[in-house]
Amino acid sequence: MSTATTDNRRKAPAGERVADWADGRLGIYSLAKVNMRKIFPDHWSFMLGEVCLYSFMIIILTGVYLTLFFHPSMNEVVYHGSYVPMQGMRMSEAFKSTMDISFDVRGGLLIRQIHHWAALIFVAAMLVHMMRVFFTGAFRKPREVNWVFGFLLLVLGMFTGFTGYSLPDDLLSGTGVRFMEGAILSIPIVGTYVSMFLFGGEFPGSDFVPRFFSIHVLLLPGVMLGLLVAHLILVFYHKHTQFPGPGRTNNNVVGMPLLPVYMAKAGGFFFLVFGVIAAIAGLASINPIWAMGPYRPDQVSTGAQPDWYMGFSEGLIRVMPGWEINLWGHTLVLGVFIPLMIFPLVLAAIAVYPFIESWVTGDKREHHLLDRPRNAPTRTAFGVAWLTWYLVLLVGGGNDLWATHFHLSINAITWFVRIGFFVGPVLAFIATRRICMGLQRRDKEKVLHGRESGIIKRLPHGEFVEIHEPISQEQMHTLTAHEQPKPLELEPEVDENGVARKIGAGQKLRVKLSKGFYGEGTHIPKATAEEYREITSGHGHH
Amino acid sequence: MSSQDIPEETLPAAHGDAHGAVATADDPFADPGLPPHEHRKQDIDERAAQRSERVVAFLFTLSMLATVGFIAAYVSLPVDKSIYVFPIGHISALNFALGLTLGVALFCIGAGAVHWARTLMSDVEHADERHPIEASPEVKAKVLADFKAGAEESTFGRRKLLRNTMFGALALVPLSGVMLLRDLGPLPGTKLRKTAWSEGKMLINQNTLQPLRPEDVQVGSLTFAMPEGMSEEDHDFQKEIAKAALMIVRLRPENIKDKKSLDWSADGIVAYSKICTHVGCPISLYEQQTHHVLCPCHQSTFDLSDGGRVIFGPAGHALPQLRIKVNDKGYLEAMGDFSEPVGPAYWERG
Repeated sequence: MSTATTDNRRKAPAGERVADWADGRLGIYSLAKVNMRKIFPDHWSFMLGEVCLYSFMIIILTGVYLTLFFHPSMNEVVYHGSYVPMQGMRMSEAFKSTMDISFDVRGGLLIRQIHHWAALIFVAAMLVHMMRVFFTGAFRKPREVNWVFGFLLLVLGMFTGFTGYSLPDDLLSGTGVRFMEGAILSIPIVGTYVSMFLFGGEFPGSDFVPRFFSIHVLLLPGVMLGLLVAHLILVFYHKHTQFPGPGRTNNNVVGMPLLPVYMAKAGGFFFLVFGVIAAIAGLASINPIWAMGPYRPDQVSTGAQPDWYMGFSEGLIRVMPGWEINLWGHTLVLGVFIPLMIFPLVLAAIAVYPFIESWVTGDKREHHLLDRPRNAPTRTAFGVAWLTWYLVLLVGGGNDLWATHFHLSINAITWFVRIGFFVGPVLAFIATRRICMGLQRRDKEKVLHGRESGIIKRLPHGEFVEIHEPISQEQMHTLTAHEQPKPLELEPEVDENGVARKIGAGQKLRVKLSKGFYGEGTHIPKATAEEYREITSGHGHH
Repeated sequence: MSSQDIPEETLPAAHGDAHGAVATADDPFADPGLPPHEHRKQDIDERAAQRSERVVAFLFTLSMLATVGFIAAYVSLPVDKSIYVFPIGHISALNFALGLTLGVALFCIGAGAVHWARTLMSDVEHADERHPIEASPEVKAKVLADFKAGAEESTFGRRKLLRNTMFGALALVPLSGVMLLRDLGPLPGTKLRKTAWSEGKMLINQNTLQPLRPEDVQVGSLTFAMPEGMSEEDHDFQKEIAKAALMIVRLRPENIKDKKSLDWSADGIVAYSKICTHVGCPISLYEQQTHHVLCPCHQSTFDLSDGGRVIFGPAGHALPQLRIKVNDKGYLEAMGDFSEPVGPAYWERG
């Protein structure tokens, strides 16, 4: 017996013996049995999440390199490095070490620029990925928890970015930190205390760079790494969603296996993303701190802008009227505090939508088939309204740049944003829902009457008609595979035994919302088999 | 059925599921099943496959060359050399070379792998079954029974005294952690009310570091000043200048609309805090004709001829004015600190 096993072992190739060793300790064979040939469906939009993952990895790699040279200290030093225009200037060690990374460490500037570019791309990719998940309804059961994880990653990513670009202690980022201090001061009752505790005294003090540093390199990335792993485990566990199509049902997942195709595609895609970011960092300068100089609280540059993902909060603060209420010796700084409170609300609005939708539909089933955005007009309209809201605020955040680049009045832009904040989302909602219904109508036409072939035929009596070609069974199935939920109805006031029934306010609201979501005028009823037969069975052409 | 539950029949039937094999014949929209696999050129034509192989190998080789190029650039290019690249302009030669070679080295690995996967690896689609995430009723019953047994064995529910004291201890213990945060910073006290200005301190020009005389301040120019005795070398310079930064302009006395503002000026020279009352950016843009100053961060605009009143933007109150006079030696000097806190408003400001 024992000789037989030793014989087997001797015959096994080295790779298998290593795998055996690992399996005996980690159980890798059972893990691989489920995952090695796991099926992943293919669609271009599924790679958006990969961009997030890879840019995050690039940020970690380059970030570790930067910590080898960066000194998170606000001690004042005099610059004697190789950038001549700044010789002899007083600056913090944080700024000086960032200058050294940019001018004295070979390749340091490249890594710094890769780090910053990857951060911009990371947050952008998360937003776009989230929109993909939103518009296709991929957040539905069983993926609500993963939606929340993803949302938290976006919010944490924004704050990691903010603490990161504040570290060099340059004139632009210091201005951003000052803005943050002003916003904190506006918090009623505790504002001044929070500010003193955060900055270790009065602004700017000498503590915020080291404190932001540990938040930026340890606390937030640590939490994000945990969330990211959980996010990916859930993607594997739930299996990926897919678009409806021939052979694709809610009970299967159609695509190609992890080994080898997705290994190669996803692994290769990491290098594509990294390569593109490296090339951008080689060509396009980002955050040139030498052009801005070290931070001084009494100096500022014009056209000061935060990184793009903070732009919408900048918009909120810029267009808010300067309301201040003074009562009993206290000041309520509404002009700053209201934007500070709307900032999380804007984000939360999109985060809670999946839970509202599931409550309104009362749908407790699992959904693995994606919706085309047009087939969920209310959801799509809500998403576009939210994006409009976000973009209007982004315009507000850059109101000075819009004014100077397009020769507009800054007052006019401010008023445009103030009105657009309320009106824009509503208009976008209405317009989007109508466009969705138009597209639904076109799909229905296509199913019932076929594809417009572009061939014009002249009939014997002189009439011209365009020939419609019937579409394939695959296409017909795909175009009719979506669900159209019916609105809820209020139960009758009295039940079948004539006893009055109590209907709560919650249920009434739910029915009302359900009518708004799915009632009349919110969708085009999809083609039915009867309609199709009636049209195809003979009474002629159209 | 409670009113919160949705009757199953109002939910639409999932398309594929509702139709069994029997119904398929009647349904023109029925799922025809997975389409047959279509062969790619590389699957049938070995020469096409070899062409793909060559492309992939070429990309991988290019990546190797680019890495060699990266090392060569790192070793040979001086860190301070700049080159002209159209249309970007003058950029660091080393950064440009390292970025491009690293970019090509990485991109070609990716492009090669993806091309390999798309043209040479099998593209036959497979279908995997999905299984419900929810556990079966048996599993759920077993878990609940196990939990119940565990909970009973712990005596958690029975011995209320233990439970309540444990909750008490667990609730209190984080307080130590909260306490430890106390020394993150001092209490605010009146720190935000005071600046480095006080009676008799001369106004020092920030550019020349010389005391200012009234004749140094011309109509139409914006001058920045700091209090006498302050130096960039001071360890608390940043903190003090964040509050004390001052801007002064000369107006014609008849143009000063506000009575108090006129009283606090000297020879038509008015001195205002440079720190915006919105969120604390330094104000730096001055419009000579209108005597408006603009904060470049959020565009709050103040009228210096009218008591620093806010005329546009998100700031909530006027800029604090510093009362100044011309002293016996002919220099501008402060007649005290600002009468109200400078910078952004806060709860205790009043």
